[in-house]
Amino acid sequence: MITSSSHIDLSPLLRFERKSIAAALNLIEDRRPARQAQALALLDACAALPARAHIVGITGPPGVGKSSLIARLIDLAVRQQRSMAIVAVDPSSKVSGGAILGDRNRMQVPAAAPVYMRSFAARNRLGGLSREAFAAVFLLRHFCDMVLVETVGVGQSETDVAQVADTVVLVVQPFSGDLLQFIKAGVMEIPDVLAVNKADDEALARKAMTDVKAALSYEQHSWARPVLAVSAATNLHIEDLDVAITAHHAQMMASGGLSRQREQQTLAWAVGEIVHEVGQRGLSALGGAAGVATWWRRQPANWSTLRRLTVLLGTLQWHAES
Amino acid sequence: MKKDAPWVMRTYSGHSTAQASNELYRLNLSKGQTGLSIAFDLPTQTGYDSDHPMARGEVGKVGVPVCHLGDMQTLFEGIPLGKMNTSMTINGTAAWLLALYIAAAERQGVEAKSLQGTTQNDIVKEYLSRGTYIFPPEPSLRLIRDTITYTVAHAPKWNPINVCSYHLQEAGATPVQEVAYTLCTAIAVLDAVKESRQLSAADFTEAVGRISFFVNAGLRFIEEICKLRAFGQLWDELTRDRYAVTDPKLRRFRYGVQVNSLGLTEAQPENNVPRIVLEALGVTLSKDARCRALQLPTWNEALGLPRPWDQQWSLRIQQILAYETDILDYEDIFEGSKVVEAKTAAIKHAAWAEVERVQELGGVIAALDYVKERLVASHTDRVRRINSGDQTVVGVNKFTETASSPLYTGDSSAILKVDEDAERDQVERLQAFRASRNQSEVSAALKMLQEAVTNGANIMPASIRCAHAGVTTGEWSQTLRQMFGEFRAPTGIAGAAAARGVEGPVADKLEAVRVRVRKSADTLGRPLKVLIGKPGLDGHSNGAEQIAVWCRDAGMEVVYEGIRLTPEQIIASARDEGVHLIGLSILSGSHLRLVPEVLSGLRAEGLGEVPVVVGGIIPEDDAAALRKAGVARVYTPKDFEMLKILSDMVEVAEAAHGE
Repeated sequence: MITSSSHIDLSPLLRFERKSIAAALNLIEDRRPARQAQALALLDACAALPARAHIVGITGPPGVGKSSLIARLIDLAVRQQRSMAIVAVDPSSKVSGGAILGDRNRMQVPAAAPVYMRSFAARNRLGGLSREAFAAVFLLRHFCDMVLVETVGVGQSETDVAQVADTVVLVVQPFSGDLLQFIKAGVMEIPDVLAVNKADDEALARKAMTDVKAALSYEQHSWARPVLAVSAATNLHIEDLDVAITAHHAQMMASGGLSRQREQQTLAWAVGEIVHEVGQRGLSALGGAAGVATWWRRQPANWSTLRRLTVLLGTLQWHAES
Repeated sequence: MKKDAPWVMRTYSGHSTAQASNELYRLNLSKGQTGLSIAFDLPTQTGYDSDHPMARGEVGKVGVPVCHLGDMQTLFEGIPLGKMNTSMTINGTAAWLLALYIAAAERQGVEAKSLQGTTQNDIVKEYLSRGTYIFPPEPSLRLIRDTITYTVAHAPKWNPINVCSYHLQEAGATPVQEVAYTLCTAIAVLDAVKESRQLSAADFTEAVGRISFFVNAGLRFIEEICKLRAFGQLWDELTRDRYAVTDPKLRRFRYGVQVNSLGLTEAQPENNVPRIVLEALGVTLSKDARCRALQLPTWNEALGLPRPWDQQWSLRIQQILAYETDILDYEDIFEGSKVVEAKTAAIKHAAWAEVERVQELGGVIAALDYVKERLVASHTDRVRRINSGDQTVVGVNKFTETASSPLYTGDSSAILKVDEDAERDQVERLQAFRASRNQSEVSAALKMLQEAVTNGANIMPASIRCAHAGVTTGEWSQTLRQMFGEFRAPTGIAGAAAARGVEGPVADKLEAVRVRVRKSADTLGRPLKVLIGKPGLDGHSNGAEQIAVWCRDAGMEVVYEGIRLTPEQIIASARDEGVHLIGLSILSGSHLRLVPEVLSGLRAEGLGEVPVVVGGIIPEDDAAALRKAGVARVYTPKDFEMLKILSDMVEVAEAAHGE
């Protein structure tokens, strides 16, 4: 179907046709060499388009109600006629390699709405975002208004999601004891917006908000990070959350920080992938993070992120073989 | 001494239309049945009229459709409601069906205060196992509370709720879990009634006395006797200590039973008759723990819907037990048995510890995820034991040799075929009924219902008015859906692991399947990804959850879609997720309608190559029809070998997608 970038018809993707998006992501996930070549060609073609979506990471410990919250954000997007893609990540079993991708159970998407959802298993990635999941975001961001990336856990997954999201939302619930863990794990420096879910009980919610604000005060942050009490169950303050998320994006755009942040994120991600693939010694062979950055910026503008990574890793293998 | 009175004898039944079900009830009563047990169809249970798109293929399948007062009146035509004892298996829409029943009685000239019977009305076990819930927990508990406070005042002989352990056992609960989680539900309900302060202290005590239970009984019938004794003792202590009920009569553990269907087999189905007899013994033998009402399944339940003759056979089992044997002649024959006492104490102790654990988590509603995960894990363990042979199932995993059976030859002659025209017939009558109503009365009644919801007034008077005005089941439910919202219950599958504790040949076979799954990624280009879901309104998710858990433990990536999906939703998910295979589970008998819709929808979406496998209670003739329509594999209860199913799935996916 897709042979070289010059023949790729992106119009069904630009129309956000779910069937074509699914086919594109199937291709991106495919490990067979011929398909990988096609996938890179497709991503290169996409790289020529503006990466217009606002990428929002939604993270937090299991059981805080992230999926229900996302279901509410989807409803809101549908009402406001915004197009949205959701990339949901679930852990893989270390024993079997299998995974339960269960979020769809709680996020019922209206069939006709411009909403696309795809679940990814974390596979061998501690933080949850496999290379395929990153690649999916790299593709989706050209074709819709917002990409939501949902990850579970505390620690590594926040770090991962911060490598791809423009805005990170951390979801917590009152009195879970999670906050102390977050502070210890250095997680509190990451989120741009905090949502205290299950805030139906006002007194509990107020106390939880105070705790969250106190936890935030441990970290310096350029943006005055909003803390919102919300309830996915009763649809409480969901619009305020949406407004806060959008405001963060608007501020990044206005200050010109968005493109810089995205470039830094991409490089940080690429370095992580290199270490994952070939270890610290491999990274050193490439001149370390600085060497990667220099090489990266020299490549042709129409090369996608995945193309750069693949070629860079390819040079290393060539070195090793020669 | 005086002989004990026999229990109320019922048969769970209803199908096609109100008229056909009325004929069946009158036939059953003429055979000596002493009460009625109404099975409603799934649209009625989930609050849809027979002509709603969600009702397609489900009308009259697992029970009778009741859309309005006319249907309810037809259902009980010639049956005096003032004298009948009627049990209604109805939950999400219980308040509405009770309102229709009261209105139908009023039309017969019978006052609510003389009505006897039960509305099942236990929403927690719907979240955990049976799946016919509609609303979120809080408004659902409010509806239950309203039916309790209403009946205490106006229908004092009615049991407003049957707290169910039955479906927890079907979902895999051990006896300890069954006792514990059922008591937790009773606590949640009574706490809600108490906190509402709608009842005086005296009336609240009466309300405690009206709580009854619906229990399951399996084949380990001695343990079941002990379980029921433990249940009774704990209920007595709980109502005394937590709710300060001083009158011991109001603390009695009153329960009805449907014995276990989970253990009934499709292979050599005649063996189910002794199984049913032994299960019935567990709930009748001990006088102190004897049931108030009993309904027995039929020998052919794992094959499809029972015929009147099959139901008669099960009724005769009850009559032989009550009238031919001497079990009603004696005081409790287990009194003083050290063995029974020790086992009872052990169950009681462990169950109470689990009750306390759930209460610490904030009660059963707050702990739904935890409880569901525990149940799925227990069921996974059961599947593992049967697969490994640790648990013997005669005719299934042991003693499988059999002569040919004169009762069952493998075709569909040994089950009831529901008239496929019944749905069209029902829809036509519904539409005629709607056209004949006084529309302004309907609107006024619905407005009163909305006001009751908003003001927090009891829902029952407004609902009874709606019933008389000709409001339909769908209209009543839609009004509440708009005000209460809807709910998706937890699936519990993430926390269960099939592989835990697996040893010996099963472990070896599982490892072999894992290797196959890993290798399939080379053929498929990426890890094998499957979608498991339940189309239609059937909420019995236990089987689908087990398949999902075992697929994951075999190394597959499993998109679990849960219950109540339209074919369109399944197709959209399969497309968006890029799955290699779809597994559908249907137990409601609507497979011939829903599965071909999924297949043609997949083809229309350009996904014709994605294979579909189906599991459920599917008669062989239907299975052949499904295979002809393009289904890759059909599994029925006789396919107990989970690992065989898993390796089939890999094979089917590879054959469909390999290059």
